[in-house]
Amino acid sequence: MANFDVIFLGGGPAGYVGAIRGAQLGLNVAVVEREGLGGTCVLWGCIPAKALLEAASLATRVKHAAEFGVNVGEVKLDFGVAMKRSRDVSTKNSKGVEFLFKKNKVTWIKGTGTLGAGKSVKVTLADGKAETHTATKAVVISTGSRVKGLPQAGLELNKTTVISSDEALVLEKAPKSIAIVGAGAVGCEFADVFSAFGSKVTLIEVMPQILPLEDADAGAEVARSFKKRGIDVMAGAKLTTAKIGKSKVALTVEAGGAKNEIEADVVLVATGRAANVENIGLKDAGVALTDRGFIKINERMETSARGFYAIGDVAGPPMLAHKGEREGMIVAEVIAGAHFHALNYGNIPNCTYCHPEVASIGMTEAQVKEKKIDYKVGKFPFSANGRARTSGETEGFVKIIRDAKYGEILGAHIVGAHATELIHELAVARENEYTVEEIELAIHAHPTLSEAIAEAVLDAMGRVIHA
Amino acid sequence: MATKVFMEALSPTMEEGRLAKWLKNEGDAIKAGDVLAEVETDKAIMELVARGEGVLRKRLVAEGATAPVGSLVGVIAAKDEDIAALVAGAAASAPAGASGTMPVAAPTAALAGSTARPAEPAPTLANGGRSFASPLARRIAGERGLDLTGLAGSGPGGRIIKRDIEAAGAAVGRQPSAVSRQPVVAGADYTDVPLTQIRKTIARRLGESIGPIPTFYLTAEFDVERAAEMRADLTTMGDAFKVSFNDIVLKATATALALHPEVNAHWLGDHVRYWGRVHLGVAVATDDGLIVPVIFDADQKRLSEISAESKALAQRARDRKLKPEEFTGSTFSVSNLGMMQIDQFTAIINPPEVGILAIGAIEDRPVKNAAGAVEFRKRLRVTMSCDHRVVDGAVGARFLQTLRRMIENPLMLVY
Repeated sequence: MANFDVIFLGGGPAGYVGAIRGAQLGLNVAVVEREGLGGTCVLWGCIPAKALLEAASLATRVKHAAEFGVNVGEVKLDFGVAMKRSRDVSTKNSKGVEFLFKKNKVTWIKGTGTLGAGKSVKVTLADGKAETHTATKAVVISTGSRVKGLPQAGLELNKTTVISSDEALVLEKAPKSIAIVGAGAVGCEFADVFSAFGSKVTLIEVMPQILPLEDADAGAEVARSFKKRGIDVMAGAKLTTAKIGKSKVALTVEAGGAKNEIEADVVLVATGRAANVENIGLKDAGVALTDRGFIKINERMETSARGFYAIGDVAGPPMLAHKGEREGMIVAEVIAGAHFHALNYGNIPNCTYCHPEVASIGMTEAQVKEKKIDYKVGKFPFSANGRARTSGETEGFVKIIRDAKYGEILGAHIVGAHATELIHELAVARENEYTVEEIELAIHAHPTLSEAIAEAVLDAMGRVIHA
Repeated sequence: MATKVFMEALSPTMEEGRLAKWLKNEGDAIKAGDVLAEVETDKAIMELVARGEGVLRKRLVAEGATAPVGSLVGVIAAKDEDIAALVAGAAASAPAGASGTMPVAAPTAALAGSTARPAEPAPTLANGGRSFASPLARRIAGERGLDLTGLAGSGPGGRIIKRDIEAAGAAVGRQPSAVSRQPVVAGADYTDVPLTQIRKTIARRLGESIGPIPTFYLTAEFDVERAAEMRADLTTMGDAFKVSFNDIVLKATATALALHPEVNAHWLGDHVRYWGRVHLGVAVATDDGLIVPVIFDADQKRLSEISAESKALAQRARDRKLKPEEFTGSTFSVSNLGMMQIDQFTAIINPPEVGILAIGAIEDRPVKNAAGAVEFRKRLRVTMSCDHRVVDGAVGARFLQTLRRMIENPLMLVY
């Protein structure tokens, strides 16, 4: 039994960042976390997935090494080794968060927490013992989200033939064939990984395009690239039946008026995640949910119950680590009574790390159209960019959507190598309300991939040079 | 194709304008929307905007000269176009009303799609200092002809960002004066109520008795000790939080008006228009005389916003920079002579409004406290002039009761 100023329930990117920021502001902070620190991001998402994607990228590039005059002989791929490296990276990152906790004097209470009376938190420790801690200022719910199956389509997770990203990250070897249901960021990234490691991949998406949250051009570009690499991409595809065997699955998918029978060793369900709102005592604490099942918060991260805050995935979409991290900082500043800057939910970058990478910020062209904004589009292909040619990575483009009158950057969409790094120029620009002109005025070094951004901006102004 | 530049009716009552200053020379390239000249109207100095593009070929009116509305003051045409006939006919043919009453500096359709920055100097601060505004905010302000001076920024470090411009633009863009002359319709912003027989009789009888607006006066003395404390507390928190007594009175009046639409009204002859929005007129003395700029939706604004806006409006009024839409459309007005040590006075109603509040000076006056002892406390006298055709004595008094609660318990202003 101990008293803290603030107790965070969950040590993922939202909770651990909030805890560190709170400690910086002089608060006595504890984090209740039953698994390792870092949450889904570090343990079961961003970090290990990116480690696998890096392996996939290397596998793909090494096949083209001879074109660069580098002969590497026969290439052998071993998914098991890539997976173990991915777990190592994940563990190291989690240890890194533990170090940060020690440095900032944040207490990690290892166990499962539930909300108790007042602002107390009951924690069941790993050995089954229970203890109660009290927060004097606030309790922050940062319990995150978890994988889910698609039972309405007959895809209940069984962890062998019907798996989620959690299982995909610890497979000993790549399956011979895999069907991936849901072509959002997670689906596309695993399609990339397994395809690179030799699996026969079928990617199934119910929406008319893969990466349905991205601009239509981005979805089309990735679909084209995937098809070229032998991934069977089915968009606008409806899963009608699923037969799940012990070592095989058979799916019936209707797409484009035709019925397709798909057999695969494994089906990976990547159709979204569920918020962890159950069994933590939200109802008794008076914490209300939205109609979509997330915790309802305001811009100060306050829930409907005084003294209770919520951040990260459990507090609503977008379910992104960097959104949760920022909410963590804000909640700490609010609780400490420090100045905080409200989160602009319209300016959060989206990144998908498949190859080619996809990154975007702001609105898609369809959204701009729907809002009846008078806009202009500028687009520049990496095939016309010097740096992209030197590295042989000429897929993709930069697309800039600007307000016709004021030059406001309404949306930016990048497909191509390092797109997820390139997008931040536009994040800074939009955060500071730079228009296309300020981007154009900033000199972009030659030769760089970033030049494609400057050229796309010029194109949006009707002045493109290199296309 | 040549474009004639006419002296435009830049305010609702303007009949002629003095061309104060040409901002473009003969031979300058002109884009639609460029500001050609500054024109002094009966109310303010306004911008004359180009309605076409080409080259400013001829300036027909010298700086300082006066020209009637509708007369030709210049010609925009292609570089080599023959404009002799146009120039020759200038004196004879001045198509009255041809220019209409376009709002000043309205962004024209021709500008859409152009990415070149117009060469307007508009959004720089009057004091020549840096204007802390995002590039996008500066650009929108420039194209809409908005002045960033005095605008409160809500971005990091008080920087002016897009949403601040949009909020300011929404206030400026409204033109309730035009609306108020329309026939009886119930809009979202107000409710029109036909006159009952008794109201008609009251109106006629009282009008006969006292003049066009049968006015009576209600005076009340408020205790402003706590308001003074609040103001002192805010001041100690830093200059950024400093507000004047007048700001507190404006905020309280606006809040009270929102609760008393019966005094937030217009007398329109055959009906009364009760406004659902509070557009507060604030009388400002200028070298040229009295003008009443308007804080639109004052009840929706925070004390800091009211403070910043009233300060900016007063400055612009003294600089004769107010646009017509900035001094028309008020639903109730306040006049303050407290800073000139006037204890109490009566103000003249600004029709079609039905009330005006006259604010006197704050003074330490002896009052009997709860313990029965005499104590000196800060007191403020306000006098409300009421149009008896709409506002009866008890109605005005109830409004003043609410106002008293607000001012004597200033925490209510943040409730």
